Amino acid sequence: MSALRVVGRPLRKVDGLSKCAGATIYADDVMLPRMLACKILRSHRPHARIRGIDTSKAESMPGVFAVLTGRDLPIPFGILPVSQDEHALCPDRVRFVGDPVAAVAAVDEDTAFEAMNAIRVAYEPLDTVMSIEEALEKPAPRLHEYGESGNVHKKVALEFGDVERGFREADAIFEDTFFYEGSTHLPMEQHAAVAQVDPDGRLTVWSSTQTPHYVHRALAKVLEMPPARIRVIACPNGGGFGGKSDPFSHEIVVAKLALLTGRPVKVTLTREEVFYCHRGRHPVLMQVKTGVRQDGSITAMRFRSYLDGGAYGSYGVASTYYTGALQTVTYPIANYRFEGLRVFTNKPPCGPKRGHGTPQPRFALEVQMDRIAERLEIDPAELRLRHLVPPGSLTANYLRIGSMGLGACIERVVSGSVWKEKFRRLPRGKGIGLACSSYICGAGLPIYWNAMPHTGVQLKLDRGGGVTVYCGEIDIGQGSDTVLAQVVAEVLGIDPYDIRIVYGDTDLTPVDLGSYSSRVTLMMGHAAIQAAERARDLLARAAGEKLGIGVERVAFAEGRVFDVEDPSRDLSFAEAVQEAEARFGTIGTVGSYTPPASEGRYKGAGVGPSPAYSYSAAVVELDVDPRTGWIRVERVHLAHDVGRCINPVLVVGQVEGSVYMGLGEALMEEQAFRANRGAVHRMPSMLEYKSPTTMEMPEVVTYLVEDPDPRGPFGAKEVGQGPLLPIAPAVANAVYDAVGVRIDEVPITPEKVLKALESPGRRWGPKAVPKVAWLDPIRVPAPWEGERR
Amino acid sequence: MKRRRRGALRERVSRKGAAHLRLLVNGAVQEVACAPHKTLLEVLREDLRLTGTKHGCELGECGTCTVLLDGRPQLSCLVLGLECEGRPIVTVEGLADGPRPHPLQITFAELGAAQCGYCTPGILCAAKDLLDRHPDPTRDQIREALSGNLCRCTGYIKIFEAVELAARRLKDPSARPAPASLHGWSRAPEGAP
Repeated sequence: MSALRVVGRPLRKVDGLSKCAGATIYADDVMLPRMLACKILRSHRPHARIRGIDTSKAESMPGVFAVLTGRDLPIPFGILPVSQDEHALCPDRVRFVGDPVAAVAAVDEDTAFEAMNAIRVAYEPLDTVMSIEEALEKPAPRLHEYGESGNVHKKVALEFGDVERGFREADAIFEDTFFYEGSTHLPMEQHAAVAQVDPDGRLTVWSSTQTPHYVHRALAKVLEMPPARIRVIACPNGGGFGGKSDPFSHEIVVAKLALLTGRPVKVTLTREEVFYCHRGRHPVLMQVKTGVRQDGSITAMRFRSYLDGGAYGSYGVASTYYTGALQTVTYPIANYRFEGLRVFTNKPPCGPKRGHGTPQPRFALEVQMDRIAERLEIDPAELRLRHLVPPGSLTANYLRIGSMGLGACIERVVSGSVWKEKFRRLPRGKGIGLACSSYICGAGLPIYWNAMPHTGVQLKLDRGGGVTVYCGEIDIGQGSDTVLAQVVAEVLGIDPYDIRIVYGDTDLTPVDLGSYSSRVTLMMGHAAIQAAERARDLLARAAGEKLGIGVERVAFAEGRVFDVEDPSRDLSFAEAVQEAEARFGTIGTVGSYTPPASEGRYKGAGVGPSPAYSYSAAVVELDVDPRTGWIRVERVHLAHDVGRCINPVLVVGQVEGSVYMGLGEALMEEQAFRANRGAVHRMPSMLEYKSPTTMEMPEVVTYLVEDPDPRGPFGAKEVGQGPLLPIAPAVANAVYDAVGVRIDEVPITPEKVLKALESPGRRWGPKAVPKVAWLDPIRVPAPWEGERR
Repeated sequence: MKRRRRGALRERVSRKGAAHLRLLVNGAVQEVACAPHKTLLEVLREDLRLTGTKHGCELGECGTCTVLLDGRPQLSCLVLGLECEGRPIVTVEGLADGPRPHPLQITFAELGAAQCGYCTPGILCAAKDLLDRHPDPTRDQIREALSGNLCRCTGYIKIFEAVELAARRLKDPSARPAPASLHGWSRAPEGAP
């Protein structure tokens, strides 16, 4: 590959100045003439049958245009085809405080609010299920009529190789239990959606969604409208983090209201509603049994996870598999068994939050690694460096590793933090801890089964040299518009600021599955390269003819198309476009990308495969006050193997943001509920839901490791989620280094530190896991055992 | 579900007694007729269509709706439009000098201090106030000044660096960002700290 000119440069985001001018139009900034305001009445009961809804008073109020109840939207929906368990408005039963029950469209928000409060709902309370333990004990009342049995939504059991044999071969066996509390995304922007129906019957919905394509499908299904008549426009998201990846009730409700009233309708959720919509981190109880040889190699691991799913399916089946999928991609595990289950409880539904289903098991695994290193008397960094999954290898569960820069990451954070002089050598109260992780660069399989590409990019070249790039991706702050512009600019040799991006619009842009699973840079990047190369080929042919040289001599750089052997013989990019257009007609090209097929051939093999895996290593330095348990994080060193930086300043920003969010989860964030007081959220406000402010955020030292992946565009891998994963375990390991207590539960609060300091076992965390009749595992020989299933 | 067809009439009925405000926004007098209980945030966004000012909680908890009132940061969700009559208000739309963005707007864009960009208008207003009072702020002063503004994307680091760079730029237009802000430490000339 010739030297890169645009890729790898720390360019200002293509929308950077618009965002700093307040000019970016988010969903709530869409204001249309004659627009009505919508309010959604939500259940204040955690579990109840709806006996009746009286909307008469609301309907007769001046300024009210329409009132909807579940009867108006009877068709269920959900993000996964196997979990179509939600209704835009509950028809007969509510399952959590916050479940939507009725909706109002009125002339303004005040009127809508008053009308919403005038709706009377008669509830017949039902027993509630509030925890994993309770859900397993109480098969009735069932929250849903589908699922495994009782209130168990999903159970999975997979075994790769022979775990019992692996344990027999071990010199030492470790068994630990962990709990990772749920947390929520807390995007700064509250969800909003606007719907409009034009006089010819076409529906347009603007929404703060990460997944316009899935919203498009859900709207078509529930409204029973041809998808061709529905246009979904994803507005730039004011933060997503996974919280805007499901199709939501409010998007369907405003569409229905617009269809009924013939006027545009807007809904903007209150902050409290955002807490209740949730779809965030699953609380997960985990038990890890690991067998190791004296040298630290892992002979077998049995990982059990129990997920508290909340009231609906959401992405939960995938989340369940993810808690067992990526254990194998950092250190080789010769034999591996995963047993997982997800329960339904009367709480807001959990779903994907940054790292989707993998920060919890990574916490367990990396804290246990710290224990293993201590028992085997091996330095924790050294233990990991000795046992790294080789690049290009296939793991026990058939995940194909590409480039693998974890070794380099560990070396960077170890030298940068002067680890060897500090680990176990700091005065009491000061601690240092290390942890590692890996994350997927896009899910290998789509959410609904189909053989189509996961993303598409379309290019239109203007005679003036401007390039318009159409792609269904949506920028949620990660900088995907800029990545797209830089990739296209690189191939065509033009200025990325001469490129216009048209994003996230189901009428205008080819489908991109959405901004989730860290898929955008890799997948969209490939599609963009393909589309741009096809355009470049046309231009090269035309320019070659014009200059009288073969296409192999035509090069593109800095807005010029020239003869590599005599760069003074050249055309401007615009002239080359004109030459091409004269020969071939209007210049437009397309590109698309489908990930390589999964190599696993077992049920459940759909979760975990990815075109590539990113790697991170973190060292956390902190102080613990043994009198108060207060933890102050002083510095975080984070090295991330990103394959190749498309734009380093954006990569560094993603690392810092991930570290921040990881620290929030590690130290303070809790999506917790009052079990005995009507199952309401303990703190549905930004003041009481503690998240790190400028005052708590420590220094972050970011090291970028570029180990180009053969499957990444220009070698690039993900960075948006992976660097979050090692933070919580590195904090836990640093707390142990500081004061000698093991906190096997996230968040690590001062209270837990004090309780651990006072307890004889010097530990705080779950003591046991519930007894469960696990399924007989699907047995799959490990790849190195020959036969493949 | 029932539809209401007499919308036009009802619209008028539902309208409350309106307040007539004369606001001084971004250097210009703007007259607004709106409900008297509307917050400054609502007046700015809904009546003046200055949607650059965002909202994250409407309870004074997140700092997103920060504007400058009488030159000082004010949570626009916690003050009524009525209370702001005749007092100078500056929103994010008023930070630029004509077509020229404020140095803070440039450095925030340059360093990726605006990721999703939603908290950015509020933070820019708070940061401008800081630089007006302390042209050479320390990192701790920046932390303190922005402690009421939540950001979920950046981890605040790029924001601190952008404020520091803007402070330097105000004195020396050629001031450049630290290499580590742009590249991390792998490529920085000095190596890791």
